[in-house]
Amino acid sequence: MSRIKKRFNQLASQGRKALIPFVTAGDPSPGVTVPLMHEMVHAGADLIELGVPFSDPMADGPVIQKANQRALAHNVSLADVLGMVEDFRQADKETPVLLMGYLNPIEVMGYETLADRCVSAGVDGLLIVDMPPEEADEFNQLLYQREVDPVYLLAPTSTEERMELVSRAARGFVYYVSIRGVTGSANLDYDEIGTQIESIRQHGSLPVGVGFGINGPESAVKIGQHADAVIIGSAIVNRVEASRDNPDAILTNIGDFLREVRQALDDMPAMEQA
Amino acid sequence: MTTYSMPDDRGHFGRFGGIFVAETLMRPLRELTAAYEHYMKDPDFLKEFDDDLRHYVGRPSPLYYASGLSERYGSNIYLKREDLNHTGAHKINNTIGQALLAKRLGKTRIIAETGAGQHGVATATVAARLGLECVVYMGAEDIDRQAPNVYRMKLLGAEVVAVESGSRTLKDALNEAMRDWVSNVEDTFYIIGTVAGPHPYPVMVRDFQSVIGREAREQIQEQAGRLPDALVACVGGGSNAIGLFYPFVDDKDVDMYGVEAAGDGIETGNHAAPLCAGKVGVLHGNRTYLMEDNAGQITETHSISAGLDYPGVGPEHAWLKDSGRANYVAVTDDEAMEGFHDITRIEGILPALESSHAIAYAKKLAPKLGKDGIMLINLSGRGDKDIQTVAALEGVEI
Repeated sequence: MSRIKKRFNQLASQGRKALIPFVTAGDPSPGVTVPLMHEMVHAGADLIELGVPFSDPMADGPVIQKANQRALAHNVSLADVLGMVEDFRQADKETPVLLMGYLNPIEVMGYETLADRCVSAGVDGLLIVDMPPEEADEFNQLLYQREVDPVYLLAPTSTEERMELVSRAARGFVYYVSIRGVTGSANLDYDEIGTQIESIRQHGSLPVGVGFGINGPESAVKIGQHADAVIIGSAIVNRVEASRDNPDAILTNIGDFLREVRQALDDMPAMEQA
Repeated sequence: MTTYSMPDDRGHFGRFGGIFVAETLMRPLRELTAAYEHYMKDPDFLKEFDDDLRHYVGRPSPLYYASGLSERYGSNIYLKREDLNHTGAHKINNTIGQALLAKRLGKTRIIAETGAGQHGVATATVAARLGLECVVYMGAEDIDRQAPNVYRMKLLGAEVVAVESGSRTLKDALNEAMRDWVSNVEDTFYIIGTVAGPHPYPVMVRDFQSVIGREAREQIQEQAGRLPDALVACVGGGSNAIGLFYPFVDDKDVDMYGVEAAGDGIETGNHAAPLCAGKVGVLHGNRTYLMEDNAGQITETHSISAGLDYPGVGPEHAWLKDSGRANYVAVTDDEAMEGFHDITRIEGILPALESSHAIAYAKKLAPKLGKDGIMLINLSGRGDKDIQTVAALEGVEI
């Protein structure tokens, strides 16, 4: 059983929601990432989503674009990110790690090489933004064989047919993009999100996480009423940027922020939970 | 009529092309594909498109025998005069087609990316005519070097957004247009200006641009009595080249030369020639040849010509290269400038810096074809927009 599946099973049995913070690996500098990952786990993260820097992050808003540029200023590569996860695994064998990124650096490394290196480094899942399941048959077979979970996006524009396709191809969980937009956009429509999550659940049994536009305890709780996991990216990356010259402050600020969100999710009245 | 049948139904040209985008765009792309396939068989749509090309764009564009240049270079040179189209380049063929589709899909807002500004102007033009809101994304660096086109777009009522991210050129404008589209998919139609992007753009833009080659194929037989020995066109994303090449694909005796921008020289690394010196990867929705580093990051490109300053290339060109059907070569900034001056002084035609790359290669190809040979060059755009760049290069203040 993959670490991601095991984690969602645990949480379900405890009636808790997964909190998934996102940071771009190597932002603002490579040395910050592994300590930050540990700090996020201490602050209540159930799974960590680690962004692999790319020169042309087409699905990302300005906040995460800048994070990519800061990391690339240090030449942080996919190989480096795998190294960071390997380091993280020295002390943490339990918390699942999901890599999020774009396809081109993966094409350069090669599908099989990456699949093998995910296993050796301790990466549990891959979310490749610009690789829909239609183009991923070959890669998915390599990942399934190694119990590395391919995580796919669904969006407000997804048809029932695509929900079916994604539910069949995905492992670990399904990532529902809460808005028509790039990462860090605002104005969540909670009713639409609730309805869409119900539709997604008709197509499979995978947990559903929601991300894009969740920026604090209040929106996290509203999402938590429908979803199994709450994913927070730009709100965290903003805090990295704000303290980019002071690594200690990055850890403290993000730790405090996640504790608040964690508390709010754990305090959700059970009757409101899906 | 043709034995060539690329792409497949999911937009693959062999291993190239495809649809590599975030989930939000999958449905809009599928809807676009369905609409495109439907309307390309709809007589009313095709008639409106043909009428617009004839009466608004000014087609057919002439095929001109350039006797002076032929004599100078030593082979027979015919120029397909896309520079004489309304707005001054081939780009308008495609924007007319896509804008008519947008209208039928009930979209009220048009977005586009632009490099040299020709596609932006062509898009702003059709948007003005059809009463559609228009936003054009343009790299901040390109805005500086193509000021006249920026002002033209504004006069036409378009909003021009300066893109400051990345290398501040065409690829970044494309990223930003994609982000806009993801955020406004319900009312917005994205008019991509080249044969790149996710399916159906490469095939759709090819089909709208192939009027160039269809006309040229008839015209050359009428004027020269036979098909040419070679076709020559510049390649950035590759839309003018595909437009010329495609109707000749099954004419096996017609050689095809796509001319990329070698910038300061391929060996310097400062160029924009992914077919000549790049690697296969995925960018902007399709698999193709790219300029990238060893870690898969897209590298910055250089060309004197903003329209060729792009790290990728249409997937059909990648396929034509690998299959051996077309040849891809590159000429430097300096060579392109020589071509620019030659045709201006000898023929009285001021070409775009993009098209000047094709002229520069014609000079190299001519001795191989000899005095009885015939080459057909796509003169894809006029050079008025570039006079500031040329003047600055030569230290002239205007």
